[in-house]
Amino acid sequence: MAEISRRTLMKVTGALGTSIVPAALVPDAASAQQDHAHAAAPAQSSPDSSPAKFTTYLFFNAEEAAFMEAAVARLIPKDEQWGGALEAGVPNYIDKQLAGAWGAGERLYRSGPWQPGTPSQGYQLPFTPAELFRTALRAIDQELAQTPFASRNPDEQDSYLKTLEAGGKDLGGVPSDVFFAHLWQCTVEGFFSDPVYGGNRDMVSWRMIGFPGAYASYYDLVDKHGIKLDRPPMSLAQDAHGHIHMDPGIPARSP
Amino acid sequence: MAERLKAVDMVTIGVGLTGSLAALELVQAGLKVVGLERGAPRFTVPDFQSPAIHDELRFSIRKAMMQDNTKVPVSFRNNSSETALPIRRWESFLPGQGLGGSFVHWNGQSFRAQVADFIYRTHLLQRYGQKFVESCGADLTFQDWGLTYDQIEPYYDRFEYLIGVSGKAGNINGQIQPGGNPFEAPRSREYPNPPMKETYFGAIFRKGAEQLGYHPYPQPSSNLSRPYTNPLGLKLQQCVFCGFCERYACEHYAKGSPQTTILPVLLKNPNYELRTNCEVLRINLDSTGKKATGVIYVDGAGREFEQPAEMVFITAFPLNNVRTLLLSGIGKPYDPRTGEGVVGRNYTYQTTGGPTVFMDESINVNPFMSSGAPGTMIDDFGGDNFDHSNLGFIGGQYVGSIMTGGRPIEFHPTPPGTPKWGLEWKQAVARHYNHTIAVQQHGTSAPSRLNYLDLDPTYKDAWGQPLLRMTFNFPENDIRMSQYIADKVVEIGRAMGGKTVVRGGTKRPYTTTVYQSTHNCGGAIMGDDPRTSVVNRYQQCWDVPNVFSLGGASFPQNITYNYTVTIGAITLFALDAIKNKYLKAPGPMVQA
Repeated sequence: MAEISRRTLMKVTGALGTSIVPAALVPDAASAQQDHAHAAAPAQSSPDSSPAKFTTYLFFNAEEAAFMEAAVARLIPKDEQWGGALEAGVPNYIDKQLAGAWGAGERLYRSGPWQPGTPSQGYQLPFTPAELFRTALRAIDQELAQTPFASRNPDEQDSYLKTLEAGGKDLGGVPSDVFFAHLWQCTVEGFFSDPVYGGNRDMVSWRMIGFPGAYASYYDLVDKHGIKLDRPPMSLAQDAHGHIHMDPGIPARSP
Repeated sequence: MAERLKAVDMVTIGVGLTGSLAALELVQAGLKVVGLERGAPRFTVPDFQSPAIHDELRFSIRKAMMQDNTKVPVSFRNNSSETALPIRRWESFLPGQGLGGSFVHWNGQSFRAQVADFIYRTHLLQRYGQKFVESCGADLTFQDWGLTYDQIEPYYDRFEYLIGVSGKAGNINGQIQPGGNPFEAPRSREYPNPPMKETYFGAIFRKGAEQLGYHPYPQPSSNLSRPYTNPLGLKLQQCVFCGFCERYACEHYAKGSPQTTILPVLLKNPNYELRTNCEVLRINLDSTGKKATGVIYVDGAGREFEQPAEMVFITAFPLNNVRTLLLSGIGKPYDPRTGEGVVGRNYTYQTTGGPTVFMDESINVNPFMSSGAPGTMIDDFGGDNFDHSNLGFIGGQYVGSIMTGGRPIEFHPTPPGTPKWGLEWKQAVARHYNHTIAVQQHGTSAPSRLNYLDLDPTYKDAWGQPLLRMTFNFPENDIRMSQYIADKVVEIGRAMGGKTVVRGGTKRPYTTTVYQSTHNCGGAIMGDDPRTSVVNRYQQCWDVPNVFSLGGASFPQNITYNYTVTIGAITLFALDAIKNKYLKAPGPMVQA
């Protein structure tokens, strides 16, 4: 890797310093995003955009995808200012997770014997995440065959999600509260994780809360107490080498 | 059949903090050393580099740097009447895996223990009397370490200068220093580097704590405040506050770790050989059972080897040290029914969890501008820094604002009364994310005869060997202690200007499903009596004197503070004795 001089560091953090202006002077985060020369994600960020319809699902079938899109839209809805989980591409994020290593049980110890444990002992079902979603979603689809979840009105959808959350319902062997906890955790992950994973489109959640993403240095800012950092967030996909300085005394190669 | 390899002088089981440090000391003394690491080789360049290292999903949520629990998890139950079940996903604690071990993904919070910690039982009996100590819990098994603070002070000093700790001394040779922690044990000199810059959340905590008459000070940190060259000639850089520290490796050469402070020198030494992706199955003993002959391990391709060695050092994560002893038949396993036996006894944890302080929306906390040890803190409630006579419990906690980042999958606080999902939840997250301060309570864990480690009768690892079984719940003493301090910390939260302060404190039962601490300790404890300890003060096994079990497993009970620097100090203390005494006359260095 390139050795970057201290001078380069100063230059880069200096440039960063210029973007620190009082909140009132910054038009809004969305237009700042458009000004960002290296933006990889589309600048478009209206809460009405509906990228879900362009999603190519690798794991979910059509019925499952319809439930997932409708469910995450209730879990984290859009509002006047910010898109919600659907607009952020959370169903796409969950789809790719379930189609890949995590869905297949990555970092999940999977030897029996299996038995229910105490709450302190954590997850004790034999299902991988992919098996868990598939099983639970099939059971939900059957239960709601008359009027599928996606075609219900938002109040009915919320109330159904609350019954899942409360537990006590058996979804083909998956307790409904366990399914809901997985659904919610995945929705939060897809909403807040780096866009390289297929959710958090346009870094909508990061702009909403003011998390700047994968910047590598706040050394010059950390003691500027209370400043408002109004620069567009940065994804891993945009990050570039060149923002750290390497002491020439540190060998660039491993021993 | 295992292939028998050429004998060496010493082998380490694990190449993390203790494994690399012990190996360095002994190769420099001329010994041939092999380091066996179950994980992969990995280095700052190219493995820890940006942008990939700043990936919250991969490292914080999926725990990419942690022990491969699909092969070797730990089983768990709250008490011995339950059936232990495997912890199928790591949450509560996160043992590292790979070259450098947990000393790569640690935060760099770099404390010393206190004078009283090393003579804990003696100290408690002297100050409060037997009746009081017994009233804190009939099952509690406090114990002395068998060494004193004065004995290891020089080794604390050496270790701090090795890894470049940044901080402000509070007590140099008994003289209280302005700006430091006045409760600190006496140090022989200043920290090698000045404290880090104070964060905004730290400054707010400082103000609140000062208002109430407490003694705020900058957290000692192994994320460096300035460029530094350690005594081995290795250069470290200044921490840039990227906000991706714990659960991550440092891309900047700014965190003390084996990769930055030890390995570049060790790996160049011709007396050292590193073997990665090697899982040690057990230590071999000779026919007397009192001497180790080497270890059996399996490499990444599944081939089995016997590595003969004159000395075996167990230098794994504390839980794995205990398991290795049990799998090898070294030391008598602890039996909770009779209280006899030692291996697995006095397993302790750490009491953690503080309040969440919701600030006014005009306060931009900027938690993402942070390091792994960015705290401003107080030690007024640490250890035995306050009089416990009328409190009905023993122990204490440090308190501080130590927000190690603002990564949003993990951190998106909402005040009480907010729905758990939906529009109101989303709007509350947006409103409070940058205006909320987490305050940490972090402290002692009392040992109990009910809490212990042994081998699981049912569940096996990928090589068919029993898992370690953990039986643990927080003693009532710890709950009383933590809840007492929680009340005090709520007052600090209000003095900080918190509009809403959500009370913290530890509760029962202990659960494996929520992250608390990776300071698992004990189970192979040190002491001066073989009936109540596994190793002597040099961390040498009483029963098999050419086996040393180094690290947190040796703590008789857990202290107030993060344990890494104390592990470094007791390791250097042991290695000095091994070099100066053991190598000249191999055998027990302390007579039982």
